Amino acid sequence: MTSFRQIALVLLVLIGAPVAAALAQEASGVPLPAVPKAVKPAPDANHEQLMRSNHMSLLKHKRDLTVHEGDRTPQYSLNECVTCHAVTGGDGKAVTVADPQHFCRACHDYVAVKIDCFECHASRPGDEDKAAGLAAPGESAVAALSDYLQEVEQ
Amino acid sequence: MSCGTNRDCGCATSASPGVDAGRRAFLKSGAAFATVALTPTVTLMAFGAGDAAAQGAQERLNPAARWGLLIDVSKCGDGCNECVTACRKENGWEDTGHPATDAQWIRKVTLTDPKSGASRELPVMCQHCDEPPCVDVCPTGASFKRADGIVLVDKHRCIGCRYCMMACPYKARSFIHEALIDQKPHAPRGKGTVESCTLCVHRIDSGRNPACVESCNATGGGAMMFGDLNDPESAIAKRVAELASTQLRDDLGLDPGVHYVNL
Ligand code: HEC
Ligand code: HEC
Ligand code: HEC
Repeated sequence: MTSFRQIALVLLVLIGAPVAAALAQEASGVPLPAVPKAVKPAPDANHEQLMRSNHMSLLKHKRDLTVHEGDRTPQYSLNECVTCHAVTGGDGKAVTVADPQHFCRACHDYVAVKIDCFECHASRPGDEDKAAGLAAPGESAVAALSDYLQEVEQ
Repeated sequence: MSCGTNRDCGCATSASPGVDAGRRAFLKSGAAFATVALTPTVTLMAFGAGDAAAQGAQERLNPAARWGLLIDVSKCGDGCNECVTACRKENGWEDTGHPATDAQWIRKVTLTDPKSGASRELPVMCQHCDEPPCVDVCPTGASFKRADGIVLVDKHRCIGCRYCMMACPYKARSFIHEALIDQKPHAPRGKGTVESCTLCVHRIDSGRNPACVESCNATGGGAMMFGDLNDPESAIAKRVAELASTQLRDDLGLDPGVHYVNL
Protein backbone atom coordinates (compact mmCIF):
# COMPACT_ATOMS: atom_id res chain seq x y z
CA MET A 1 0.00 0.00 0.00
CA THR A 2 2.80 2.39 0.83
CA SER A 3 4.54 1.73 -2.42
CA PHE A 4 1.24 2.02 -4.19
CA ARG A 5 0.59 5.41 -2.69
CA GLN A 6 4.08 6.57 -3.37
CA ILE A 7 3.93 5.52 -6.97
CA ALA A 8 0.47 6.89 -7.39
CA LEU A 9 1.64 10.15 -5.89
CA VAL A 10 4.67 10.27 -8.14
CA LEU A 11 2.46 9.56 -11.09
CA LEU A 12 0.05 12.22 -10.04
CA VAL A 13 2.79 14.71 -9.71
CA LEU A 14 4.41 13.68 -12.95
CA ILE A 15 1.42 13.33 -15.18
CA GLY A 16 -1.28 14.91 -13.09
CA ALA A 17 -2.14 17.64 -15.48
CA PRO A 18 -0.91 17.38 -19.04
CA VAL A 19 0.39 20.94 -18.86
CA ALA A 20 2.30 20.33 -15.67
CA ALA A 21 3.61 17.11 -17.13
CA ALA A 22 4.80 18.74 -20.28
CA LEU A 23 6.56 21.38 -18.24
CA ALA A 24 8.11 18.82 -15.95
CA GLN A 25 9.43 16.99 -18.92
CA GLU A 26 10.92 20.04 -20.48
CA ALA A 27 12.51 21.18 -17.25
CA SER A 28 14.05 17.90 -16.13
CA GLY A 29 14.41 16.00 -19.38
CA VAL A 30 12.93 12.93 -17.66
CA PRO A 31 10.93 10.85 -20.13
CA LEU A 32 7.33 10.41 -19.05
CA PRO A 33 4.71 7.89 -20.08
CA ALA A 34 2.53 9.11 -22.92
CA VAL A 35 -0.96 8.04 -21.90
CA PRO A 36 -3.24 7.74 -24.94
CA LYS A 37 -6.51 9.66 -24.90
CA ALA A 38 -9.83 7.90 -24.39
CA VAL A 39 -12.30 7.70 -27.27
CA LYS A 40 -15.28 8.96 -25.27
CA PRO A 41 -15.78 11.39 -22.36
CA ALA A 42 -15.10 9.98 -18.90
CA PRO A 43 -17.96 8.14 -17.19
CA ASP A 44 -17.65 10.11 -13.95
CA ALA A 45 -16.48 13.60 -13.14
CA ASN A 46 -13.67 12.36 -10.90
CA HIS A 47 -12.82 9.40 -13.13
CA GLU A 48 -9.33 10.52 -14.06
CA GLN A 49 -8.22 11.21 -10.50
CA LEU A 50 -9.95 8.16 -9.08
CA MET A 51 -8.58 5.79 -11.70
CA ARG A 52 -5.02 7.02 -11.59
CA SER A 53 -4.62 5.93 -8.02
CA ASN A 54 -7.31 3.31 -7.58
CA HIS A 55 -7.99 1.45 -10.81
CA MET A 56 -6.27 -1.72 -9.56
CA SER A 57 -8.42 -2.13 -6.47
CA LEU A 58 -11.59 -1.05 -8.23
CA LEU A 59 -11.03 -3.60 -10.98
CA LYS A 60 -10.29 -6.39 -8.56
CA HIS A 61 -13.36 -5.63 -6.54
CA LYS A 62 -15.51 -5.42 -9.63
CA ARG A 63 -14.36 -8.81 -10.82
CA ASP A 64 -15.59 -10.44 -7.61
CA LEU A 65 -18.88 -8.59 -7.84
CA THR A 66 -19.37 -9.72 -11.42
CA VAL A 67 -18.27 -13.31 -11.07
CA HIS A 68 -19.90 -14.04 -7.72
CA GLU A 69 -22.83 -11.64 -7.53
CA GLY A 70 -23.71 -11.29 -11.19
CA ASP A 71 -23.13 -7.53 -11.28
CA ARG A 72 -23.18 -6.62 -14.96
CA THR A 73 -23.24 -2.86 -14.62
CA PRO A 74 -20.74 -1.04 -16.82
CA GLN A 75 -19.07 0.76 -13.94
CA TYR A 76 -15.45 -0.40 -13.45
CA SER A 77 -15.94 -3.24 -15.89
CA LEU A 78 -12.69 -4.24 -17.56
CA ASN A 79 -14.42 -4.59 -20.90
CA GLU A 80 -15.58 -1.00 -20.58
CA CYS A 81 -12.04 0.20 -19.87
CA VAL A 82 -10.57 -1.39 -22.96
CA THR A 83 -13.48 -0.21 -25.10
CA CYS A 84 -13.35 3.43 -24.09
CA HIS A 85 -9.56 3.50 -23.85
CA ALA A 86 -9.04 1.73 -27.19
CA VAL A 87 -6.04 2.92 -29.20
CA THR A 88 -6.23 2.64 -32.97
CA GLY A 89 -3.15 1.11 -34.56
CA GLY A 90 -1.65 1.43 -38.03
CA ASP A 91 -4.10 -1.08 -39.52
CA GLY A 92 -7.08 0.98 -38.41
CA LYS A 93 -8.05 -1.58 -35.78
CA ALA A 94 -7.74 -1.23 -32.03
CA VAL A 95 -4.37 -2.47 -30.81
CA THR A 96 -4.09 -5.40 -28.41
CA VAL A 97 -1.98 -5.36 -25.31
CA ALA A 98 0.82 -6.92 -27.37
CA ASP A 99 1.38 -3.43 -28.74
CA PRO A 100 3.32 -1.05 -26.45
CA GLN A 101 0.89 1.71 -27.42
CA HIS A 102 -1.96 -0.03 -25.61
CA PHE A 103 -3.53 2.18 -22.96
CA CYS A 104 -2.92 -0.32 -20.16
CA ARG A 105 0.76 -0.50 -21.02
CA ALA A 106 1.47 3.21 -21.10
CA CYS A 107 2.15 3.51 -17.38
CA HIS A 108 2.76 -0.14 -16.58
CA ASP A 109 5.75 -0.38 -18.89
CA TYR A 110 7.06 2.82 -17.36
CA VAL A 111 6.75 1.69 -13.73
CA ALA A 112 7.49 -1.98 -14.52
CA VAL A 113 4.10 -3.34 -13.45
CA LYS A 114 3.12 -6.62 -15.05
CA ILE A 115 -0.51 -7.68 -15.08
CA ASP A 116 -1.84 -11.07 -16.21
CA CYS A 117 -5.39 -9.95 -16.87
CA PHE A 118 -5.03 -10.06 -20.64
CA GLU A 119 -3.93 -13.68 -20.68
CA CYS A 120 -7.65 -14.31 -20.46
CA HIS A 121 -9.39 -11.01 -21.07
CA ALA A 122 -9.69 -9.45 -24.49
CA SER A 123 -7.55 -6.32 -24.57
CA ARG A 124 -9.54 -4.58 -27.26
CA PRO A 125 -13.23 -4.10 -27.93
CA GLY A 126 -14.84 -6.98 -29.79
CA ASP A 127 -16.98 -6.10 -32.79
CA GLU A 128 -19.46 -8.80 -32.14
CA ASP A 129 -19.76 -7.86 -28.53
CA LYS A 130 -21.01 -4.55 -29.64
CA ALA A 131 -23.34 -6.27 -32.05
CA ALA A 132 -24.36 -9.33 -30.07
CA GLY A 133 -23.22 -9.15 -26.48
CA LEU A 134 -23.68 -5.67 -25.15
CA ALA A 135 -26.37 -4.52 -27.49
CA ALA A 136 -28.05 -7.86 -27.76
CA PRO A 137 -30.66 -7.60 -25.05
CA GLY A 138 -31.93 -4.90 -27.35
CA GLU A 139 -31.90 -6.98 -30.52
CA SER A 140 -35.64 -7.25 -30.38
CA ALA A 141 -35.79 -3.74 -29.01
CA VAL A 142 -33.86 -2.52 -32.05
CA ALA A 143 -36.27 -4.32 -34.33
CA ALA A 144 -39.18 -2.85 -32.42
CA LEU A 145 -37.61 0.57 -32.63
CA SER A 146 -37.09 0.39 -36.38
CA ASP A 147 -40.66 -0.83 -36.79
CA TYR A 148 -41.79 2.09 -34.74
CA LEU A 149 -39.72 4.54 -36.74
CA GLN A 150 -41.19 3.20 -39.95
CA GLU A 151 -44.65 3.64 -38.53
CA VAL A 152 -43.85 7.18 -37.52
CA GLU A 153 -42.52 7.94 -40.98
CA GLN A 154 -45.72 6.77 -42.61
CA MET B 1 -11.05 -7.24 0.17
CA SER B 2 -12.70 -9.95 -1.77
CA CYS B 3 -16.26 -10.90 -1.02
CA GLY B 4 -15.76 -14.50 -1.94
CA THR B 5 -18.94 -16.41 -1.75
CA ASN B 6 -20.01 -14.69 1.40
CA ARG B 7 -23.07 -12.95 0.20
CA ASP B 8 -23.68 -11.12 3.42
CA CYS B 9 -20.56 -9.02 3.27
CA GLY B 10 -20.99 -5.30 3.47
CA CYS B 11 -19.70 -4.60 0.00
CA ALA B 12 -22.85 -5.54 -1.82
CA THR B 13 -24.44 -2.93 -3.97
CA SER B 14 -27.47 -2.79 -1.76
CA ALA B 15 -26.83 0.50 0.01
CA SER B 16 -29.96 2.58 0.23
CA PRO B 17 -30.22 5.45 -2.25
CA GLY B 18 -29.92 7.99 0.53
CA VAL B 19 -26.69 6.62 1.81
CA ASP B 20 -25.53 6.31 -1.71
CA ALA B 21 -26.10 9.85 -2.73
CA GLY B 22 -24.42 11.02 0.42
CA ARG B 23 -21.39 8.91 -0.24
CA ARG B 24 -21.20 10.06 -3.77
CA ALA B 25 -21.31 13.70 -2.82
CA PHE B 26 -18.67 12.98 -0.25
CA LEU B 27 -16.47 11.19 -2.69
CA LYS B 28 -16.77 13.92 -5.21
CA SER B 29 -15.70 16.47 -2.64
CA GLY B 30 -12.07 17.25 -2.04
CA ALA B 31 -11.97 15.01 0.99
CA ALA B 32 -12.76 12.05 -1.19
CA PHE B 33 -9.24 11.46 -2.22
CA ALA B 34 -7.96 10.74 1.26
CA THR B 35 -10.96 8.58 1.97
CA VAL B 36 -10.37 6.58 -1.11
CA ALA B 37 -6.79 5.88 -0.23
CA LEU B 38 -7.38 5.09 3.44
CA THR B 39 -10.50 2.98 3.57
CA PRO B 40 -10.97 -0.40 2.00
CA THR B 41 -12.40 -0.31 -1.49
CA VAL B 42 -15.61 -1.62 -0.07
CA THR B 43 -16.70 1.94 0.51
CA LEU B 44 -15.89 2.91 -3.01
CA MET B 45 -17.97 0.25 -4.59
CA ALA B 46 -21.11 1.31 -2.83
CA PHE B 47 -21.18 4.56 -4.67
CA GLY B 48 -21.96 3.35 -8.12
CA ALA B 49 -25.15 1.52 -7.49
CA GLY B 50 -27.38 4.38 -8.57
CA ASP B 51 -26.13 4.63 -12.15
CA ALA B 52 -26.39 0.92 -12.52
CA ALA B 53 -30.12 0.89 -12.15
CA ALA B 54 -30.37 3.82 -14.49
CA GLN B 55 -28.38 1.99 -17.17
CA GLY B 56 -30.69 -1.01 -16.98
CA ALA B 57 -27.87 -3.53 -16.59
CA GLN B 58 -28.20 -6.22 -13.98
CA GLU B 59 -26.86 -5.23 -10.62
CA ARG B 60 -27.17 -8.54 -8.89
CA LEU B 61 -28.19 -12.10 -9.60
CA ASN B 62 -31.53 -13.39 -8.41
CA PRO B 63 -30.75 -15.61 -5.40
CA ALA B 64 -34.23 -17.13 -5.44
CA ALA B 65 -33.72 -18.65 -8.87
CA ARG B 66 -32.35 -22.05 -9.74
CA TRP B 67 -31.39 -21.99 -13.40
CA GLY B 68 -31.62 -25.27 -15.20
CA LEU B 69 -32.09 -27.02 -18.51
CA LEU B 70 -34.62 -29.55 -19.71
CA ILE B 71 -33.47 -31.68 -22.61
CA ASP B 72 -35.93 -33.76 -24.57
CA VAL B 73 -33.72 -36.55 -25.87
CA SER B 74 -36.35 -37.73 -28.35
CA LYS B 75 -36.02 -34.41 -30.20
CA CYS B 76 -32.23 -34.42 -30.16
CA GLY B 77 -31.37 -35.20 -33.77
CA ASP B 78 -28.90 -37.86 -34.83
CA GLY B 79 -25.70 -36.20 -35.86
CA CYS B 80 -27.06 -32.73 -35.05
CA ASN B 81 -24.31 -30.67 -33.47
CA GLU B 82 -25.95 -27.25 -33.32
CA CYS B 83 -25.65 -26.80 -29.57
CA VAL B 84 -21.97 -27.68 -29.57
CA THR B 85 -21.20 -25.38 -32.47
CA ALA B 86 -23.15 -22.54 -30.91
CA CYS B 87 -21.37 -22.95 -27.58
CA ARG B 88 -18.02 -22.95 -29.31
CA LYS B 89 -18.80 -19.84 -31.22
CA GLU B 90 -20.26 -18.07 -28.22
CA ASN B 91 -17.46 -18.87 -25.81
CA GLY B 92 -14.56 -19.12 -28.22
CA TRP B 93 -13.31 -22.63 -27.46
CA GLU B 94 -12.24 -24.69 -30.39
CA ASP B 95 -10.25 -27.69 -31.53
CA THR B 96 -6.53 -27.16 -31.44
CA GLY B 97 -5.96 -30.59 -32.95
CA HIS B 98 -5.35 -32.28 -29.60
CA PRO B 99 -8.55 -34.23 -29.00
CA ALA B 100 -7.31 -35.71 -25.73
CA THR B 101 -6.82 -32.32 -24.09
CA ASP B 102 -8.97 -29.87 -26.04
CA ALA B 103 -11.51 -27.80 -24.18
CA GLN B 104 -14.99 -29.25 -24.20
CA TRP B 105 -17.80 -27.34 -22.59
CA ILE B 106 -20.54 -29.43 -24.17
CA ARG B 107 -20.47 -32.63 -26.20
CA LYS B 108 -22.84 -35.01 -27.90
CA VAL B 109 -22.90 -38.45 -26.31
CA THR B 110 -24.36 -41.56 -27.94
CA LEU B 111 -25.83 -44.21 -25.68
CA THR B 112 -26.41 -47.67 -27.08
CA ASP B 113 -28.25 -50.47 -25.37
CA PRO B 114 -25.97 -53.47 -26.00
CA LYS B 115 -28.91 -55.89 -25.93
CA SER B 116 -31.39 -54.24 -28.25
CA GLY B 117 -28.94 -52.06 -30.15
CA ALA B 118 -31.25 -49.06 -29.64
CA SER B 119 -29.29 -45.86 -29.42
CA ARG B 120 -29.89 -42.29 -28.33
CA GLU B 121 -27.98 -39.08 -28.66
CA LEU B 122 -27.87 -36.37 -26.06
CA PRO B 123 -25.83 -33.29 -25.24
CA VAL B 124 -23.89 -33.42 -21.98
CA MET B 125 -22.42 -30.38 -20.32
CA CYS B 126 -21.81 -29.25 -16.73
CA GLN B 127 -24.90 -30.50 -14.93
CA HIS B 128 -24.91 -27.58 -12.48
CA CYS B 129 -25.37 -29.82 -9.45
CA ASP B 130 -26.99 -28.61 -6.30
CA GLU B 131 -24.32 -30.53 -4.38
CA PRO B 132 -21.36 -30.09 -6.72
CA PRO B 133 -18.41 -32.36 -5.91
CA CYS B 134 -16.12 -30.03 -7.86
CA VAL B 135 -16.85 -27.33 -5.30
CA ASP B 136 -16.19 -29.67 -2.38
CA VAL B 137 -12.71 -30.57 -3.56
CA CYS B 138 -11.48 -27.16 -4.72
CA PRO B 139 -8.60 -26.06 -2.49
CA THR B 140 -8.86 -22.34 -3.32
CA GLY B 141 -12.58 -21.72 -3.45
CA ALA B 142 -12.34 -21.05 -7.18
CA SER B 143 -14.93 -23.69 -7.95
CA PHE B 144 -18.19 -22.37 -6.58
CA LYS B 145 -21.94 -22.38 -6.96
CA ARG B 146 -23.59 -19.05 -7.57
CA ALA B 147 -26.63 -18.33 -5.45
CA ASP B 148 -28.83 -18.96 -8.47
CA GLY B 149 -27.48 -22.48 -8.90
CA ILE B 150 -24.91 -21.94 -11.66
CA VAL B 151 -21.70 -23.83 -10.96
CA LEU B 152 -18.67 -21.83 -12.10
CA VAL B 153 -14.92 -21.59 -11.94
CA ASP B 154 -13.70 -18.24 -10.68
CA LYS B 155 -10.68 -18.26 -12.94
CA HIS B 156 -9.14 -15.46 -10.92
CA ARG B 157 -8.74 -17.92 -8.07
CA CYS B 158 -8.11 -21.10 -10.05
CA ILE B 159 -4.60 -22.48 -9.65
CA GLY B 160 -5.08 -25.20 -12.25
CA CYS B 161 -4.76 -28.17 -9.88
CA ARG B 162 -7.57 -30.00 -11.68
CA TYR B 163 -8.99 -31.73 -8.60
CA CYS B 164 -12.41 -30.62 -9.76
CA MET B 165 -11.91 -32.38 -13.07
CA MET B 166 -11.22 -35.61 -11.20
CA ALA B 167 -14.21 -35.11 -8.91
CA CYS B 168 -16.77 -34.45 -11.63
CA PRO B 169 -18.71 -37.63 -12.44
CA TYR B 170 -19.78 -36.14 -15.78
CA LYS B 171 -16.28 -35.25 -17.02
CA ALA B 172 -17.69 -31.85 -17.72
CA ARG B 173 -14.59 -29.80 -17.07
CA SER B 174 -11.51 -29.22 -19.16
CA PHE B 175 -8.16 -27.54 -18.69
CA ILE B 176 -6.54 -24.98 -20.94
CA HIS B 177 -3.10 -26.22 -21.89
CA GLU B 178 -2.02 -23.56 -24.31
CA ALA B 179 -1.69 -19.80 -24.29
CA LEU B 180 -4.59 -18.17 -26.10
CA ILE B 181 -5.11 -14.94 -27.96
CA ASP B 182 -8.18 -13.15 -29.26
CA GLN B 183 -10.62 -14.46 -26.71
CA LYS B 184 -14.19 -13.24 -26.71
CA PRO B 185 -14.55 -10.14 -24.54
CA HIS B 186 -17.51 -11.68 -22.70
CA ALA B 187 -15.78 -15.05 -22.20
CA PRO B 188 -12.26 -14.62 -20.86
CA ARG B 189 -10.21 -17.83 -21.02
CA GLY B 190 -6.56 -18.46 -20.35
CA LYS B 191 -3.85 -21.05 -19.99
CA GLY B 192 -3.53 -22.87 -16.69
CA THR B 193 -7.12 -22.69 -15.55
CA VAL B 194 -10.04 -25.11 -15.56
CA GLU B 195 -13.28 -24.25 -17.27
CA SER B 196 -16.67 -25.67 -18.07
CA CYS B 197 -20.14 -24.73 -19.21
CA THR B 198 -21.15 -21.50 -17.49
CA LEU B 199 -24.74 -21.87 -18.64
CA CYS B 200 -23.80 -18.70 -20.55
CA VAL B 201 -23.90 -16.73 -17.34
CA HIS B 202 -23.14 -13.51 -19.20
CA ARG B 203 -26.28 -14.03 -21.26
CA ILE B 204 -28.43 -15.08 -18.32
CA ASP B 205 -27.41 -11.94 -16.47
CA SER B 206 -28.75 -9.87 -19.34
CA GLY B 207 -31.95 -11.85 -19.63
CA ARG B 208 -31.07 -14.03 -22.60
CA ASN B 209 -31.07 -17.78 -23.16
CA PRO B 210 -27.86 -19.81 -23.24
CA ALA B 211 -26.36 -20.06 -26.73
CA CYS B 212 -26.98 -23.82 -27.00
CA VAL B 213 -30.66 -23.46 -26.19
CA GLU B 214 -31.04 -20.57 -28.59
CA SER B 215 -29.49 -22.46 -31.50
CA CYS B 216 -31.22 -25.75 -30.69
CA ASN B 217 -34.54 -23.98 -30.92
CA ALA B 218 -33.60 -21.95 -33.99
CA THR B 219 -31.91 -24.50 -36.23
CA GLY B 220 -31.71 -27.73 -34.20
CA GLY B 221 -34.38 -30.11 -33.03
CA GLY B 222 -35.90 -27.79 -30.43
CA ALA B 223 -34.91 -30.23 -27.73
CA MET B 224 -33.58 -27.78 -25.14
CA MET B 225 -35.41 -25.56 -22.70
CA PHE B 226 -33.90 -23.12 -20.24
CA GLY B 227 -35.47 -21.55 -17.18
CA ASP B 228 -35.89 -21.18 -13.45
CA LEU B 229 -36.63 -24.53 -11.82
CA ASN B 230 -37.59 -22.79 -8.60
CA ASP B 231 -40.33 -20.72 -10.15
CA PRO B 232 -43.46 -22.91 -10.29
CA GLU B 233 -44.90 -20.60 -12.97
CA SER B 234 -41.96 -21.02 -15.36
CA ALA B 235 -42.36 -23.17 -18.46
CA ILE B 236 -39.46 -25.37 -17.49
CA ALA B 237 -40.72 -26.03 -13.94
CA LYS B 238 -44.15 -26.94 -15.31
CA ARG B 239 -42.65 -29.33 -17.83
CA VAL B 240 -40.40 -30.92 -15.21
CA ALA B 241 -43.41 -31.39 -12.96
CA GLU B 242 -45.50 -32.87 -15.73
CA LEU B 243 -43.01 -35.18 -17.48
CA ALA B 244 -41.05 -37.77 -15.58
CA SER B 245 -37.60 -36.31 -16.14
CA THR B 246 -34.32 -37.97 -15.32
CA GLN B 247 -31.10 -36.52 -14.02
CA LEU B 248 -27.91 -38.22 -15.12
CA ARG B 249 -26.52 -40.49 -12.41
CA ASP B 250 -29.23 -39.42 -9.99
CA ASP B 251 -28.03 -42.28 -7.76
CA LEU B 252 -25.19 -39.96 -6.73
CA GLY B 253 -27.64 -37.58 -5.11
CA LEU B 254 -26.03 -34.47 -6.58
CA ASP B 255 -29.35 -33.05 -7.81
CA PRO B 256 -28.20 -31.70 -11.18
CA GLY B 257 -29.95 -28.66 -12.64
CA VAL B 258 -29.97 -30.34 -16.04
CA HIS B 259 -32.96 -32.65 -16.56
CA TYR B 260 -33.50 -35.09 -19.41
CA VAL B 261 -36.73 -36.56 -20.70
CA ASN B 262 -37.24 -39.59 -22.94
CA LEU B 263 -33.81 -40.87 -22.07
C1 HEC C 1 -1.97 6.39 -15.37
C2 HEC C 1 -1.11 5.23 -15.44
C3 HEC C 1 -1.77 3.85 -15.55
C4 HEC C 1 -2.64 3.41 -16.52
C5 HEC C 1 -3.12 4.15 -17.76
C6 HEC C 1 -3.00 2.06 -16.16
N1 HEC C 1 -2.36 1.70 -14.99
FE1 HEC C 1 -2.64 -0.01 -13.97
N2 HEC C 1 -1.26 0.56 -12.62
C7 HEC C 1 -0.56 1.74 -12.64
C8 HEC C 1 0.40 1.75 -11.58
C9 HEC C 1 1.36 2.89 -11.25
C10 HEC C 1 0.27 0.52 -10.89
C11 HEC C 1 1.08 -0.02 -9.71
C12 HEC C 1 0.50 0.40 -8.42
C13 HEC C 1 1.22 -0.26 -7.26
O1 HEC C 1 2.18 -1.02 -7.50
O2 HEC C 1 0.80 -0.05 -6.15
C14 HEC C 1 -0.79 -0.20 -11.58
C15 HEC C 1 -1.24 -1.44 -11.18
C16 HEC C 1 -2.24 -2.12 -11.80
C17 HEC C 1 -2.78 -3.38 -11.35
C18 HEC C 1 -2.33 -4.15 -10.12
C19 HEC C 1 -1.09 -4.94 -10.45
C20 HEC C 1 -0.68 -5.83 -9.32
O3 HEC C 1 0.33 -6.53 -9.51
O4 HEC C 1 -1.31 -5.83 -8.27
C21 HEC C 1 -3.77 -3.76 -12.23
C22 HEC C 1 -4.62 -5.01 -12.16
C23 HEC C 1 -3.83 -2.72 -13.23
N3 HEC C 1 -2.91 -1.76 -12.95
C24 HEC C 1 -4.70 -2.76 -14.30
C25 HEC C 1 -4.73 -1.79 -15.30
C26 HEC C 1 -5.54 -1.90 -16.49
C27 HEC C 1 -6.46 -3.06 -16.81
C28 HEC C 1 -5.29 -0.78 -17.22
C29 HEC C 1 -5.91 -0.41 -18.56
C30 HEC C 1 -7.36 -0.32 -18.57
C31 HEC C 1 -4.35 0.04 -16.48
N4 HEC C 1 -4.03 -0.62 -15.33
C32 HEC C 1 -3.87 1.27 -16.90
C33 HEC C 1 -0.74 2.79 -13.52
C34 HEC C 1 -1.58 2.76 -14.61
C1 HEC D 1 -16.64 6.08 -21.28
C2 HEC D 1 -15.21 6.27 -21.36
C3 HEC D 1 -14.29 5.71 -20.29
C4 HEC D 1 -14.37 4.51 -19.63
C5 HEC D 1 -15.45 3.44 -19.73
C6 HEC D 1 -13.20 4.44 -18.80
N1 HEC D 1 -12.46 5.57 -18.94
FE1 HEC D 1 -10.68 5.97 -18.05
N2 HEC D 1 -10.67 7.84 -18.81
C7 HEC D 1 -11.59 8.34 -19.69
C8 HEC D 1 -11.26 9.73 -19.99
C9 HEC D 1 -12.02 10.64 -20.93
C10 HEC D 1 -10.10 10.03 -19.25
C11 HEC D 1 -9.35 11.38 -19.21
C12 HEC D 1 -8.09 11.33 -20.02
C13 HEC D 1 -8.41 11.18 -21.48
O1 HEC D 1 -9.12 12.02 -22.06
O2 HEC D 1 -7.97 10.18 -22.04
C14 HEC D 1 -9.74 8.82 -18.53
C15 HEC D 1 -8.63 8.69 -17.72
C16 HEC D 1 -8.20 7.51 -17.15
C17 HEC D 1 -6.96 7.32 -16.48
C18 HEC D 1 -5.90 8.38 -16.24
C19 HEC D 1 -5.03 8.49 -17.47
C20 HEC D 1 -3.98 9.55 -17.33
O3 HEC D 1 -3.78 10.30 -18.30
O4 HEC D 1 -3.37 9.64 -16.28
C21 HEC D 1 -6.90 6.02 -16.07
C22 HEC D 1 -5.77 5.34 -15.32
C23 HEC D 1 -8.12 5.39 -16.51
N3 HEC D 1 -8.90 6.31 -17.18
C24 HEC D 1 -8.42 4.07 -16.30
C25 HEC D 1 -9.63 3.51 -16.61
C26 HEC D 1 -10.02 2.17 -16.22
C27 HEC D 1 -9.15 1.21 -15.44
C28 HEC D 1 -11.28 1.97 -16.67
C29 HEC D 1 -12.17 0.76 -16.47
C30 HEC D 1 -12.50 0.44 -15.12
C31 HEC D 1 -11.68 3.17 -17.38
N4 HEC D 1 -10.66 4.08 -17.32
C32 HEC D 1 -12.89 3.34 -18.02
C33 HEC D 1 -12.66 7.66 -20.23
C34 HEC D 1 -13.08 6.39 -19.84
C1 HEC E 1 -7.49 -17.13 -15.96
C2 HEC E 1 -8.32 -16.22 -16.67
C3 HEC E 1 -8.50 -14.81 -16.11
C4 HEC E 1 -7.52 -13.93 -15.72
C5 HEC E 1 -6.01 -14.12 -15.70
C6 HEC E 1 -8.20 -12.72 -15.30
N1 HEC E 1 -9.55 -12.88 -15.46
FE1 HEC E 1 -10.97 -11.51 -15.01
N2 HEC E 1 -12.42 -12.78 -15.61
C7 HEC E 1 -12.21 -14.07 -16.05
C8 HEC E 1 -13.49 -14.70 -16.26
C9 HEC E 1 -13.72 -16.12 -16.75
C10 HEC E 1 -14.48 -13.75 -15.93
C11 HEC E 1 -16.00 -13.95 -15.95
C12 HEC E 1 -16.60 -13.40 -17.19
C13 HEC E 1 -18.11 -13.45 -17.15
O1 HEC E 1 -18.71 -14.11 -16.28
O2 HEC E 1 -18.70 -12.80 -17.99
C14 HEC E 1 -13.77 -12.55 -15.54
C15 HEC E 1 -14.40 -11.38 -15.18
C16 HEC E 1 -13.74 -10.23 -14.78
C17 HEC E 1 -14.37 -8.98 -14.51
C18 HEC E 1 -15.85 -8.69 -14.68
C19 HEC E 1 -16.19 -8.56 -16.15
C20 HEC E 1 -15.71 -7.26 -16.75
O3 HEC E 1 -15.34 -7.22 -17.93
O4 HEC E 1 -15.71 -6.27 -16.04
C21 HEC E 1 -13.40 -8.10 -14.13
C22 HEC E 1 -13.57 -6.66 -13.73
C23 HEC E 1 -12.15 -8.81 -14.18
N3 HEC E 1 -12.39 -10.10 -14.58
C24 HEC E 1 -10.93 -8.25 -13.86
C25 HEC E 1 -9.72 -8.90 -14.00
C26 HEC E 1 -8.46 -8.29 -13.71
C27 HEC E 1 -8.27 -6.85 -13.22
C28 HEC E 1 -7.51 -9.23 -13.96
C29 HEC E 1 -6.01 -9.08 -13.80
C30 HEC E 1 -5.55 -8.69 -12.48
C31 HEC E 1 -8.19 -10.43 -14.42
N4 HEC E 1 -9.54 -10.20 -14.42
C32 HEC E 1 -7.57 -11.61 -14.81
C33 HEC E 1 -10.99 -14.68 -16.28
C34 HEC E 1 -9.77 -14.13 -15.96
